[in-house]
Amino acid sequence: MDLLNWLTEPLQYGFLTRALIVTVAAAVVSAVLSCWLILMGWSLMGDAVSHAVLPGVALAYIVGIPFSIGAFVFGAGAVALIGVVRSTTKLKPDTVIGVVFTALFAAGLAIVSSTPSQIDLLHILFGNVLGVTDGELWQVLILGAVTLAVVLFKRRDLTLLAFDRTHAHVIGLNTKFLSALLLGLLALSVVVGLQAVGIILVVAMLITPGATAFLLTRSFDRMLVLAVGITVAASLAGIYASYYLDISTGAAVVLAQSLVFTVVYLVARPNGVLWQRLRVRRSRRRSPSAHVGDAPAGAVS
Amino acid sequence: MSTLSAAPPALRATNLTVSYNDVRALDGVGVSVETGSICGLVGVNGSGKSTLFKALMGLLVPAAGTVELYGRTSREARQRGLVAYVPQAEDVDWDFPVSVADVVGMGRYGLMGPSRRASAVDRAAVDAALERVGLAGLRRRQIGELSGGQRKRAFVARSIAQDAKLLLLDEPFAGVDRSSEATLTVLLKELRDEGRSVLMSTHDLAGVSQLCDSAVLLHNRVLARGRPSDVLTPSNLALAFGGALEIREP
Repeated sequence: MDLLNWLTEPLQYGFLTRALIVTVAAAVVSAVLSCWLILMGWSLMGDAVSHAVLPGVALAYIVGIPFSIGAFVFGAGAVALIGVVRSTTKLKPDTVIGVVFTALFAAGLAIVSSTPSQIDLLHILFGNVLGVTDGELWQVLILGAVTLAVVLFKRRDLTLLAFDRTHAHVIGLNTKFLSALLLGLLALSVVVGLQAVGIILVVAMLITPGATAFLLTRSFDRMLVLAVGITVAASLAGIYASYYLDISTGAAVVLAQSLVFTVVYLVARPNGVLWQRLRVRRSRRRSPSAHVGDAPAGAVS
Repeated sequence: MSTLSAAPPALRATNLTVSYNDVRALDGVGVSVETGSICGLVGVNGSGKSTLFKALMGLLVPAAGTVELYGRTSREARQRGLVAYVPQAEDVDWDFPVSVADVVGMGRYGLMGPSRRASAVDRAAVDAALERVGLAGLRRRQIGELSGGQRKRAFVARSIAQDAKLLLLDEPFAGVDRSSEATLTVLLKELRDEGRSVLMSTHDLAGVSQLCDSAVLLHNRVLARGRPSDVLTPSNLALAFGGALEIREP
């Protein structure tokens, strides 16, 4: 039973079991949300929110309140600030996002550097999943469960919002509320995820699983299931890799997700790059003069 | 108001004025659509057709003017599910992972509970709408896997599932082949004949005289309105289209 030993050995350590639970929980919440974020075109928003929580986390440590409260306040505040600046200037959205999150991130760095003894900056930036306390574990589980419950309850409205905002408005739904709800859920999932992989890499968990699943299916429900499946597998692989290869846990988890994305990008049927190349070559051989490389489906008649 | 007076029209907009920065997109525009009729909104790109739709749907607040839908404000009409919108092709993300039946089902959301879980009634309405537009066999297809004409019919099916009384169609014949256009024309006439009202924007002049009961010629203001044959006269069209009269591609 070498394999069983190999699998159970890390779990004798309490801190590793907690790391496993926190990582999988955070990854599942992020993966579910990522399906909507990539369809809304909000990936950059995830990046912005995750960086913008730094001052919140730092202040929470200084004041001595749970880190998730500070992070959520600043995450939601960043979203609100971006919204205000966007609606009162003619700047493009990505410009506004860039200005706001770098300002908040710099403010966070300034706060951390002025109180060096209390906060370990590297832990905030890159996660400290091996040092998770029981209290932090419960914060992650409770916030994760709340986020998941709300997003799944409102999933059809959120999908409609992403697909056809005008229709949502015309049938009397409150599209501003739904946008705000999705942004709030984004902030919550950043809070959940940063404990596992840190501020810098949490955005990967909010983009990559959804992007990978999108390449694999044209059904939203299947996309959700695939994103969760992929992220759980990648989290487990990452944790074990980090234990046996002695590498950073957050980095290992994100690398595992990226590896799955790369494989899917290359070989998934029918849209993988390798299959497309193969089809082009085959059809060239069959009819050298034919026009190749057209989109396989969806051409307007 | 006497109860004997005629019912209000499906749509009545008066004196709508909208400016973007210093450019007047709509200047005192008045449009009305009688209940059970099809009205064609004709004008070149930039003539204010999309802006007018946005004002009618309450997506922008006009600087002046009023909108009444079945005698109600736009907001009330929307909340009662009276209005449906069929977007133009380029405004839709055709790679979005939803099936044809999912899209049609979205017509029912205003009638469902907060989680939008479909009841047997909702499912029956979706089935009937798909059957009606001839897409029952394609219901599981991803929306982008349909042809141009089928895509339009899927969105019309969504407004049928919604049981909307007023349909706003933005360029319904753009990117649609001739046979699909004929199918769509028949469908819209059927909907009109059961008492629904339609406002459709188009720059396809032939379609207007075939299909519409009335027409409005728009060029940031109303150049002409009335029966299509009275509106689409050579002199009016020259005004609306300037030198660039758009000839429909075969």
